[in-house]
Amino acid sequence: MRASAFPLRRGLVHAVLLAYAALCLGPVLLVVVNSFKSRAAIFGAPLSLPGAATFDLGGYRTVLGQGAFLGYFANSLAVTVGSIAAVLLFGAMAAFALSEYRFRLNGALGLFIALGIMVPIRLGTVAILDEMVAAHLVGTLLALGLIYTAQGLPVAVFILSEFMAGVSKDLKDAGRIDGLSEYAIFFRLVLPLVRPALATVAVFTMIPIWNDLWFPLIVAPGDATRTVTLGAQSFIGQFVTNWGAVLAALTLAMVPVLALYLAFSRQLIRGITAGAVK
Amino acid sequence: MTGVGREPALELRAIRKSFGATEILKGVDLAVGRGDFTVFVGPSGCGKSTLLRIIAGLDAQTSGDLRIDGRLMNGVEPAKRGIAMVFQSYALYPHLNVAGNMGLALSQEGVAKAEIDARVARASGLLQLDALLGRRPAELSGGQRQRVAIGRAIVREPSLFLFDEPLSNLDAALRVGTRLEIAKLHRALGATMVYVTHDQVEAMTLADRIVVLRGGAVEQVGRPLDLYRRPANRFVAGFLGSPTMNFVEGEAAARAGAAAIGVRPEHLAVAEDGAWAGTVSHAEHLGSDTMLYVEVPGMGLVTARVGGEDAHPVGARVGLTPRDGRVHRFDAEGRTIGG
Repeated sequence: MRASAFPLRRGLVHAVLLAYAALCLGPVLLVVVNSFKSRAAIFGAPLSLPGAATFDLGGYRTVLGQGAFLGYFANSLAVTVGSIAAVLLFGAMAAFALSEYRFRLNGALGLFIALGIMVPIRLGTVAILDEMVAAHLVGTLLALGLIYTAQGLPVAVFILSEFMAGVSKDLKDAGRIDGLSEYAIFFRLVLPLVRPALATVAVFTMIPIWNDLWFPLIVAPGDATRTVTLGAQSFIGQFVTNWGAVLAALTLAMVPVLALYLAFSRQLIRGITAGAVK
Repeated sequence: MTGVGREPALELRAIRKSFGATEILKGVDLAVGRGDFTVFVGPSGCGKSTLLRIIAGLDAQTSGDLRIDGRLMNGVEPAKRGIAMVFQSYALYPHLNVAGNMGLALSQEGVAKAEIDARVARASGLLQLDALLGRRPAELSGGQRQRVAIGRAIVREPSLFLFDEPLSNLDAALRVGTRLEIAKLHRALGATMVYVTHDQVEAMTLADRIVVLRGGAVEQVGRPLDLYRRPANRFVAGFLGSPTMNFVEGEAAARAGAAAIGVRPEHLAVAEDGAWAGTVSHAEHLGSDTMLYVEVPGMGLVTARVGGEDAHPVGARVGLTPRDGRVHRFDAEGRTIGG
């Protein structure tokens, strides 16, 4: 690499990257560290590691002891996994159609879908809430799933159609000559070849959905449909806040998303580099 | 070989194709006899690949009729046309092994498993693929992949084989070997084949009949040597034959009563003096042949092919004389005068 010829420049690059990593990881680390401390220690010495005197799993006991919290986890998982599945399936289908078929307004439709990347879905909150009320979906996980599917589709279509266009045209034509249906060509030939791209899209889609506080609060705030991020707020009271429990809940909430990320990351790296080299 | 008295295996009538305002094919008429090996040849952008894709049903013609084995095929989907196609990029299914690749079309048609196995075995025997049947395409070399692609076409026992530049991705040595194999295969199967290439050597060596295309129109159809001996126009004359034909305009052409005359490098006699005197500006020694590039005043660079090894050094004065009956005359539009 050329950079190795300039040790000073290389050191600077690493310093900047390390600083950025510290900036990102600092708050997360603070949450994790303090979740293992007693309430007094959280406020007394927020930056110190838990010691023999300050170590306290009270927060975790509260969170796990409260049966509803596991339900919140289940809700979050159901919404996230369901939305990812829908985004991948419909996004890939739309991307295939846009990249494979020539039809009137093909370009305009692609642009229209790409517009969704630029306009935040939250701008439409009032209209979305109206729709959900009219469809009697308020207070259901399905409402959240639909919203997140809509939110994830533009990026998914955008990324996947680039990759789909890169799949050999001859291969698809060979499938047509051998009598495969368009669905078989899509599911059996094209999808396996764009698997790295699917993983990339899954990760980009997953994190905002898991972390979202806005739509659960508006569309499905009821106890039965509460997600983890919303559920953690229940420990924040008007007069008393159980900080140990809040931090423990947030720490636990990181675990599934971290696990999913690790599961996808091998494919993810391949996906990102494949896109860059092409 | 031309199937006189029977309906042609493939018949194109006034096939046109436009993308928006651009006309790719300007009305192609063609009949391919049963068992013929027909090669579409032409420079890139001449419409030969589009024509093949229309025959395959992968693209639809804008107008015109297409018949395979006498049956009208307009709008019929590719799998129902009784064709098989071999692609330039092999286009093997990466998730299937060699046997699976060859058998997929048959299992889609609902052919019984035992019959599929028998046909795959026959094709793999013909192409020496027996040892590779269990491998995935990623574990094969380029030449092996192309043999599998050909095998995938053979097992379907189609009434028409289509080849889309199948040798372009192979290196030179492998290309000659695979070319021979395709020729042998054609003889063994006696099947009708349509083959697209931009390489005139492939066209000359493989074809029963060559179709020369330019700018979306057929320039000439005929047997390779007929096209070589009697090109219909200056384009065909220049496209077939290697090195390319020498064209001379101006005074020498006017003396022959033409706008331009053409002589192939192999039809020029080199001697101390001749009709055209010039200086050797470069010589290529191939061992079997020697190419002399001779600068002739008033004519430009003229190529002469001399059999064997030739001793004329660069800078030597030589005379070139066209052999009798080997001079092609062209009018101002480039058409051949007097056949």
